[in-house]
Amino acid sequence: MPTTSRRGLRPFDRRLLGRVAVARWALAADVAAGLTGTLLLLAQVTLLAAVIAGAAEGGLRQVPATQVAALVAIILARAGLAQVVEVSGRRAATKVMSALRAALVERCLRPGGAQLRHTGSAELATSAVQGVDGLETYFARYLPQVVLAVTVPVAVLLWSAVIDLQSAVIMLVTLPVIPVFMVLIGKSAGARSRANWQALVVLSAHFLDVVRGLPTLRAFNRGSAQISSIQETTDRYRRTTMGTLRVSFLSGVVLDLATTLSTALVAVTLGVRLVAGGLGLRPALTVLLLVPELYAPIRMVGTLFHASADGLAAVERILDALDRTPAGAVGPVTVGMTGNGHGAVPDPATEPIRLRSVTVRYPGRAASALDGLDLDIHPAELVAVVGATGAGKTTLGRVLLGLTRPDEGVVLAGGRPLADVDPEAWRNRVAWAPQHPTLIPGTVTENIALGRPDADAAAIEDAARRAAAHPFIQRLPEGYDTVVGAGGRGLSAGQRQRLGLARALLRDASLLVLDEPTVHLDPVAARRVADTVEELRASRTIVLVTHDRDLAARADRAVRLDAGRRVDPCCGD
Amino acid sequence: MLRRLIGLLGIGPARFAASVGLGALAITAGAALTGLAGYLICRAAQQPPILSLTVLLVAVRVSALVRPAARYAERLASHDLAFRSLGHLRARVFARIEPLAPAGLEAYRDGELLSRMVADVDQLQDVVLRLLLPVAVAVVAGAVIVTGVALALPVAGVVLAAGLVCAATVPPLVAARVAARSRRRQAALRARLTADLVDALGAAEELWLNGADARAAATIAADDRALVDVALRDAHAAGAADALGVAITGLTAVGILLAATAAAGKGALDPLLVAPITLVAIGAFEAVLPLSVSARHLPSVLSAGRRVLELIDREPQVTDPDEPVEALPRRSEIALRDVVVSRGSDHRRVLDGVDLTLRQGERVVVSGPSGAGKTTLAHLLVRFLERQAGDARLGPHDLRAYRQDDLRTIVLLGAQEPHVFNSTIRENLTFARPGASDAELRKALTHARLGPWVASLPAGLDTRVGERGRTLSGGQRQRLALARAFLADPSVLVLDEPDAHLDAETAAALLADLWRHAGGRSVLLVTHGNGGPFERCRRVELVTSSHRGDAADRDIRLHA
Repeated sequence: MPTTSRRGLRPFDRRLLGRVAVARWALAADVAAGLTGTLLLLAQVTLLAAVIAGAAEGGLRQVPATQVAALVAIILARAGLAQVVEVSGRRAATKVMSALRAALVERCLRPGGAQLRHTGSAELATSAVQGVDGLETYFARYLPQVVLAVTVPVAVLLWSAVIDLQSAVIMLVTLPVIPVFMVLIGKSAGARSRANWQALVVLSAHFLDVVRGLPTLRAFNRGSAQISSIQETTDRYRRTTMGTLRVSFLSGVVLDLATTLSTALVAVTLGVRLVAGGLGLRPALTVLLLVPELYAPIRMVGTLFHASADGLAAVERILDALDRTPAGAVGPVTVGMTGNGHGAVPDPATEPIRLRSVTVRYPGRAASALDGLDLDIHPAELVAVVGATGAGKTTLGRVLLGLTRPDEGVVLAGGRPLADVDPEAWRNRVAWAPQHPTLIPGTVTENIALGRPDADAAAIEDAARRAAAHPFIQRLPEGYDTVVGAGGRGLSAGQRQRLGLARALLRDASLLVLDEPTVHLDPVAARRVADTVEELRASRTIVLVTHDRDLAARADRAVRLDAGRRVDPCCGD
Repeated sequence: MLRRLIGLLGIGPARFAASVGLGALAITAGAALTGLAGYLICRAAQQPPILSLTVLLVAVRVSALVRPAARYAERLASHDLAFRSLGHLRARVFARIEPLAPAGLEAYRDGELLSRMVADVDQLQDVVLRLLLPVAVAVVAGAVIVTGVALALPVAGVVLAAGLVCAATVPPLVAARVAARSRRRQAALRARLTADLVDALGAAEELWLNGADARAAATIAADDRALVDVALRDAHAAGAADALGVAITGLTAVGILLAATAAAGKGALDPLLVAPITLVAIGAFEAVLPLSVSARHLPSVLSAGRRVLELIDREPQVTDPDEPVEALPRRSEIALRDVVVSRGSDHRRVLDGVDLTLRQGERVVVSGPSGAGKTTLAHLLVRFLERQAGDARLGPHDLRAYRQDDLRTIVLLGAQEPHVFNSTIRENLTFARPGASDAELRKALTHARLGPWVASLPAGLDTRVGERGRTLSGGQRQRLALARAFLADPSVLVLDEPDAHLDAETAAALLADLWRHAGGRSVLLVTHGNGGPFERCRRVELVTSSHRGDAADRDIRLHA
């Protein structure tokens, strides 16, 4: 079974606290309301003790109206403050989350900002929206409670000392349990939530794996055999996890015990002193009622720690995504680029592109995707890039497009380092037909016109024809007005690819990077695409990544890559 | 619905009772501690002989110990219960959806939906931890404490009961309503924001290259503003439940205090009991505290439950016959005549009058453009879906006359995207033939040309392949699937585009190995390419109805 590590956000994670500035007023209200509520609680306890003592001593036949009114007023005020805490906490959570989303979009919608697989982006997007639920617990409950856990015990002790110094001393003596407990929260309780969480994650992943594999299992007649396997796996994890929980739940016992034992200790001591005389019933009762309040806020911190830690996992994913500085990527436009649009933007149709010792590494992979590659691409040349899967063909395309920045070496466009060219200007020179283009939700027309929203219908249809997409678009129920993309009509891989090709052709760029343009196509469509490449050659530079020998044979030149290096000469030359 | 969900969870009554009993004991002991301590102090203030307090002193200490112990035991018991019921639940759900796959789970082909379904199932454990247990504990602990208070002063018992019932119902219902309302109001906005984010993040580079990044960012910002507006409005309502909880608890305590004081004043109650009655009553509210949190989760748990029930209530499209053919055919010839298969909500005819014969030991390559129904044809042969018309036979009998398990022992489908389980290479092979020896595994791997690679791995057959086999290349995954198929040793092997995601060289090598080791079994290979360099095989082309006519066998007609 996989080991799932989970660092988790710490209660006062600097990365999170660094992002709460947008919500500082909501947070201030949150904490202020929590503190006021506690002071009112102390008043309520004192008042309650006075009334009870009066009744117990037999002098009081009825609770005086003023005291009743005071009690009711205090209770209603506390209720109002509870509402303020919740409302301001939620406002803070909403604002922080919205700011995080804005930062995420800003970071990702830029070249190389975040190279997310589709599943990765879905997970991140879900976190960015649902994460607010976790933050609500954090801001509305956990954060105020942490403030209370620090301030309330001090207030309780001071107030107790005013009433009865000796009891306050006893309470103070039991207090060192608190730092011990705080450590336990951080370690043992953390281990508890980790163990629990990890087991649940593993079990959930196992179940998902089996459900995903159901068709395969059915094909091999092994579907029903998995039922017992699911139960056994859960049982195995239950046993090991319960073993961990038996130890880590002890931290809860420690604090529970501290609360009850100090109550008992204070009560017994007070009882003995009352029998001996020299202490009034009223102060004794007040102190007794104060003892549980010493520990209550700390206990709540422990409970809320788990609730908010689970919820904060979503926020952590976003903070991680924001922190990630992707290697081999174009840096932020504002800092990484010295280019600011000065000077003419190189035009690949008339100027050569030269790669000198270009090396690209991807994080987590030992081998370089490109390894000291030297390559000249002449103006208006049709270059085929061939080689086995993983040879670096797609990475070469990305480097030319400016999507990936070399870790070493330099790309010269018309003699200027590409890193010095304003990326916003360079992107207008290039077009890309990826192997798996992403459809945006919208009509076929909108998808093709993504890079040229002002294109007219004739131009769009022309691009579609040249991409061999027109025939299938016509057969769609609404033709060019059919809604595709997420939530729209599903298209096959080949159909999506042809829409992506049409999108690139419409851009009329002077450098065209085509990634396996015929891989998903039937022979008729593949021929049409090959013809289009013929039509376009000589008027612009075309880099054609392909496995298709026929297509590669049409190129002016074929560059063969192997493990990120050139292994020319080869078939096409 | 709740009853059915509880049934799915398979909760053992004894374990449940133990959890509830311990939880109630912890709360009662906590209330008793403050009550006894209050009584002790009031009694002590009368300065009786210290020895007369001995019993009280002991009782205070005992309840101080019972409470943490009971709480600890309760937490262990409830977590154990939740784990057990989750295992039971998963097994039950799986048993129900197993006969649905794959045709009945078509809607879940999208990985996202499948993950959500699994998450829905997981969420149902909240029925135990957040719903059943807290409610039962609140009822038991509340009843015990109310009884105790009522024995001392009936009117206080009545006030406490009323207060507890209010606290157990009003704030949770408000919380649930507010949660449900904001879910409703926010659901569409959240969904739109999520979808736009997914699209923008997933297509970030393409958007940027096409200069469409600013437009996408503006759309998201507008979505975000709309959601934040609604969420800020919803925040006000959300605090109401908390406020009500504080108010009800406090006012009930005041009410009991008034009643007890008045009773003591009239001589109807020992004045010493005013303190314990009031303190015990306050302690009782601990029982209802978790209910608001439960209520907040209730709407999402219930909608997860609804989705799960809806799924497991589906009737399988493909079922076994009442009286299946017992004798399996000796010759495994497959014959399709004029077969029609419609799919999807619009009942589009994916296969429309298909004829095809696969004789014993024959090798047939079926090719055709994407969307021509190749996968449908392959699935039909193993009854992963039903035909609407026409005749389909295996040997002398209709495909539908066999048990599905029997049919699939004879005809094995190698899927286009074979699932590789997050386990070892060994386990990914042995489920094809349980109890297979290492020698058999190695032979199958060798035939799929994975032998030297597996031998070179430090852990060999016990190497883990990662989630969905992500440590393997696409070619290795297909070869592993091929080894699996060789190991299962069916009479008829149906392969659905094993070369779909491979580059040309890898695909050609894979198909060559397939033919070399196919032996005497019949093979039907479905492919979008030309099928590779095969000899001795018949070629059939699936054509779409729009440009029908050039088919090699002219025996398959389809609608695009």
